[in-house]
Amino acid sequence: MAKNISFTVRYWKQNGPKDQGHFEEKHMQNIPDDTSFLEMLDIMNEELINEGKEPFVFDHDCREGICGMCSLYINGTPHGKTAAGATTCQLYIRRFHEGDVITVEPWRSAAFPVIKDCMVDRSAFDKIMAAGGYTTIRTGQAQDANAILIPKEDADEAMDCATCIGCGACVAACKNGSAMLFVSSKVSQFALLPQGRVEAARRVKNMVAKMDELGFGNCTNTRACEAVCPKNESIANIARLNREFLKAKLAD
Amino acid sequence: MWLTNSSIGRKVIMSVTGVSLILFLTFHACMNIVAIFDVFGKTGGEHYNWVCEMLGTNWYALVGTAALAVLVVLHFVYALILTLQNKKARGSNKYAVTDRPAKVEWESQNMFVIGLIVVLGLCLHLFNFWWNMMAAELMGAPAIEATDGYRYMCETFGNPVFLIIYLVWFAALWFHLNHGMWSAMQTLGWNGKTWFCRWKCIGQIYTTIIILMFVAVALVFNFCA
Repeated sequence: MAKNISFTVRYWKQNGPKDQGHFEEKHMQNIPDDTSFLEMLDIMNEELINEGKEPFVFDHDCREGICGMCSLYINGTPHGKTAAGATTCQLYIRRFHEGDVITVEPWRSAAFPVIKDCMVDRSAFDKIMAAGGYTTIRTGQAQDANAILIPKEDADEAMDCATCIGCGACVAACKNGSAMLFVSSKVSQFALLPQGRVEAARRVKNMVAKMDELGFGNCTNTRACEAVCPKNESIANIARLNREFLKAKLAD
Repeated sequence: MWLTNSSIGRKVIMSVTGVSLILFLTFHACMNIVAIFDVFGKTGGEHYNWVCEMLGTNWYALVGTAALAVLVVLHFVYALILTLQNKKARGSNKYAVTDRPAKVEWESQNMFVIGLIVVLGLCLHLFNFWWNMMAAELMGAPAIEATDGYRYMCETFGNPVFLIIYLVWFAALWFHLNHGMWSAMQTLGWNGKTWFCRWKCIGQIYTTIIILMFVAVALVFNFCA
């Protein structure tokens, strides 16, 4: 049986990247605890509109944890505190208590400027991907899947790395605003497979150069990224990225 | 130059200088232990002073000192550069609420502040045991004979104020190395799911042994010498 709870949402309002921004508060009454966090925000926005106020802007898309669009920093944790491996859309009101004050903030990083309220511009990640997060192959008839033999462990690990949805929680959690967990996962998903090895050196150099150029910070191995990643990416990927980068640079 | 231009390169400078300084600390701690044998053997510092004489104002000791100074300066300057860049990357808007996940170690997020305490302690240490010893000998006017390192240790650690400052310094160094050692290996790429636990364990044991060696010398000289 769902239980209804009441609480206060303290949410961030900001008109564009240059605006200073401030918090506003809204008391939410009798919200069923099986409501998802984003559904609760939908209810809040409906109430705000009915009150003649401006609704709260936030990113969302698939609402099933696979697209990486939702991006709310809830009570000091990116995506809020959930069981390991969940995005904001999979956070439920049952995680909160009667009378709580829930603070909702945007991803705060110089490389992710605020567009409006809690919607931030994460196109920096797209630029990093465009710098090398692909394999150059001739299109046409796909070859037989078994033509290149790949050990099961490698295929599994590459798949685990590829599950990174690029939500940016790693950057949001990192006190250095570093994107190393994202970049390392994307470098790893190719570096572990024979098809990706061909361009491995060029890829890692270009992606790291783009990451630095876009103003992300330097990794100091605090592991905050790994702790909040909704896809449980490991900092072992960062070690692999460092290894690939050093190998590529020393070979030059 | 990728070592200075890229974020990973700058971290490699931190790692290599850091690991080199850990190796120096190992050598330093082993040297100090000789003094403990002197205290318990009641030899009046015979063996430790032999070490001091060997490492006096010889050319290799001077070259070693200069190399160490370069390592420390590089480590400190790059720590400063990285910290400033990271502050800029974080942006000017701070989070109103932050929650540190359980697996994030306190020291890993405060390496710069702990490092500052280590540098302050180092300044005192250099005043006690370098300015008054090697530098004084180079200038030709040491208050106590520079090769009588044993007496310098008795004088310094016999003072309870110095003892407490040194113990705080050792604690800061323990926290710094505890994170620094596995972190250096991670940056150099020698890490992974299996090696992560190994390096953490090796780092903790190694750091604890080295720091205990320093603490033991300070305490023995305060209470027994």
